[in-house]
Amino acid sequence: MSTSTASNPSTPLPWIRLVLGLIAACALPFFISNYHVFQASMVLTYAIALVGLNILIGYSGQISLGHGAFLAIGAYTSAILMDKVDMPYWMTIPIAAAICLAVGFLFGLPALRLEGHYLALATFALAVSLPQLLKFKHLEFLTGGVQGIVIMKPEPPWEMLFGLKLNSDRWLYFFTLAVTVVMFVIGWNLIRGRVGRALIAIRDQPIAAASMGINTPLYKSLAFGVSAMFTGVAGALSAILVAFVAPDSFTVFLSITLMVGMVIGGVTSLPGALYGAIFIQFIPNIADQISKAAPWAIYGVMLILFMYTMPTGIAGALRLIGQKIRPSPN
Amino acid sequence: METFIHQVIAGIATGGVYASLALALVMIYQSTHHINFAQGEIAMFATYMAWTLINAGVSYWLAFVCTILLAFALGVLIQRIIIQPVEKAPVLNVVVVFIGLLVILNSIAGWVFTYTIKSFPSPFPKEPPFGLHFISSHELGSIGVTLVLLVMLYGFFKFTPLGLAMRAAAQNPDSSRLVGIRVGWMLALGWGLAAAIGSVAGMMIAPVVFLEPNMMSGILLYAFAAALVGGIDSPGGAVLGGFIVGILENILGAYVIGTELKLSVALVLIIVVLTIKPAGLFGKVIVSRV
Amino acid sequence: MSRILLEVNDLHAGYGATEVIHGLSMQIEEGSITTLLGANGAGKTTTLRALSKMIKVRGQILFDGKAIDSLATEDIVRLGVAHVPDGRGTFGSLSTEENLQLGSYTRKDKKEAALDQEKMYAYFPRLKERRQQQAGTLSGGEQQMLAIARALMLRPRLLLLDEPSFGLAPLIVREIFDIMRTINQMDKVTILLVEQNAAMALDLAQHAYLLETGKLVLSGRSEDLKQDEAVRRSYLGH
Repeated sequence: MSTSTASNPSTPLPWIRLVLGLIAACALPFFISNYHVFQASMVLTYAIALVGLNILIGYSGQISLGHGAFLAIGAYTSAILMDKVDMPYWMTIPIAAAICLAVGFLFGLPALRLEGHYLALATFALAVSLPQLLKFKHLEFLTGGVQGIVIMKPEPPWEMLFGLKLNSDRWLYFFTLAVTVVMFVIGWNLIRGRVGRALIAIRDQPIAAASMGINTPLYKSLAFGVSAMFTGVAGALSAILVAFVAPDSFTVFLSITLMVGMVIGGVTSLPGALYGAIFIQFIPNIADQISKAAPWAIYGVMLILFMYTMPTGIAGALRLIGQKIRPSPN
Repeated sequence: METFIHQVIAGIATGGVYASLALALVMIYQSTHHINFAQGEIAMFATYMAWTLINAGVSYWLAFVCTILLAFALGVLIQRIIIQPVEKAPVLNVVVVFIGLLVILNSIAGWVFTYTIKSFPSPFPKEPPFGLHFISSHELGSIGVTLVLLVMLYGFFKFTPLGLAMRAAAQNPDSSRLVGIRVGWMLALGWGLAAAIGSVAGMMIAPVVFLEPNMMSGILLYAFAAALVGGIDSPGGAVLGGFIVGILENILGAYVIGTELKLSVALVLIIVVLTIKPAGLFGKVIVSRV
Repeated sequence: MSRILLEVNDLHAGYGATEVIHGLSMQIEEGSITTLLGANGAGKTTTLRALSKMIKVRGQILFDGKAIDSLATEDIVRLGVAHVPDGRGTFGSLSTEENLQLGSYTRKDKKEAALDQEKMYAYFPRLKERRQQQAGTLSGGEQQMLAIARALMLRPRLLLLDEPSFGLAPLIVREIFDIMRTINQMDKVTILLVEQNAAMALDLAQHAYLLETGKLVLSGRSEDLKQDEAVRRSYLGH
């Protein structure tokens, strides 16, 4: 699932690990408390968001400091539809996906001319200005203003599953898991297919790619749109899980949190999205016990240290270790 | 009519703050081609240092000068220790380090000084100057301080050997080494100056927006817009851009869109400039030869 | 018998993983003009870059008996080595005069430096005419003069010159070579000159080295190299 050829999908080993992992994931909610089930679901949503960010930054080589904005758009789309139109929660997900795909693509169009720092700057501006927009009084009828929107937590459709009790948290966990699997499969196909190869070509040799006939502007905007779509789905899911959206949940620090997850987990890597998601869900809790300011100071220090020592993140480091143990046939 | 004049004057006052920050951004960009995302937090942190000194009984202007010196030292240290190792790294890695720096400064400020909003004193009297109605003493004083700062910087870069060496190091590091300039230390000096400038900007704007760890994020956004409007590699352009953006912000805020969407205005301005004329008013368009 | 100002022993240098200079050894006498000749790609520019540590090197470089192979460029410059690089390396956005002032940046004797600036204007009157003009707008020949003048503002003991004749009209080249003769004789500046124009270089220099694909193949007095069959055929055209 990375760009190296070390993982050969025709060997049984990766598939066995995947299947075992899925079985473990399905069994998980019945062994832990409801709160931990909720946390596990949040990890999955972060993982989806990080896959989106990976597609943009890792494969397409563009920088975004503002993906929290798409979490917000996805979350608010879902909340507004559930609150104002009484739409069932599962229907809001594809709609949030479509809206974020469109918005991301449109944002990507002017932004595609920008490289590196400039794109980082534009997306940073997006992240910083978003909460103010969400609190705007003329949009209050839609967004609920400063107070945000509270939604009802969905009930599970069945009381029991295979003789095991299903409550709201457990049901939502399975729902989230299913969406996560679908999104990861989409992501994997994109990356391994024509789109992924085109993006890598654009990232590594933009001039050569253009002269080979790859429509660079189109692909870059598409990459932005697709990554926004993933993040939007994550946002919609998180709105359902948390049952609440408010402007101050979507500050620039949320975008920075996503970046932290991506850096720690590893860019250009699907497993990295999972490692990063686990990190951003659990480290603040642990760090909080040390001191109030600690989570962010620790994030900052880790961001810097990782850039010095492990720029490819945990996934990259694991891959390197794996290559040293089992030298690949390259 | 008087309110209009007041809006313009207030715009010039905040414009001076934007101009100073934009200048700091351009200084770092010119010498390293990096955008200093942590510029706002450095300014905020320096302002807290000033607040600490003033609260400990130090007189305002003495605290002002000490803060400038402390901020300078902080900037030099940050460049030598944190930024220098990733100077040649890919863009993404550099951006991440800047964000890490932003986050560390923000959280340390919140931890040490708490998130409660504090008031920061203005050294200028409360009564309006010379009985004028359309300008406050702080606004006049702020414009004055900003102008003095800008003039001093201009003089330093244009007329002193060190200023010349810094300009040379920013333009052409290789040739600078060939005349014996220690380019690494020139970069550190640039960072020190940028931090010092930021501290002045912070101390001038804090009486208006009040002191809290997140006070600079919106202001930084405007400084970015100003630097882009003027031209991210043009110091003169950045200064002019700052005043333009300051006046624009106030006029639009008072007469067109209200004060609630000010940050969105900055965002739109940034995107429009980057899309239509990335080099800004006075910057140079770099043509990359294929 | 003058002393050796620059001694190079078994120098290896290159770019990244590619080695371009393979075991070069030279000795430059103080007060002499030496030329380093060779075809395109022989490694002449790389040699000068190695001497001023613009690239990584392996081997020994002694300047006035002191090892400089582990020093940084700016420290080598401060010992009195001025390098006029290929492409001239002028500060395009700065004025002519500012370029000259930068040449004497490391000098402590400011009054002497100001006098040297007037001396440069005497050597190169065209630069004086354009003293406030932006250096990037000067003609090729003027920029070359500016680059040399800037290097001389250091009052160097050793001047490294990389292809000063490149892209310039013959009349200008002659002017520049005359100045080099003057500064060598009057100001006692030792010169190491890398040149493609072998004929003019051998007329100016007393000693010559010939480089081919990173290795020294010939060295000696210029008169002797001028007579050498292979040199005449390949580099002098007769």
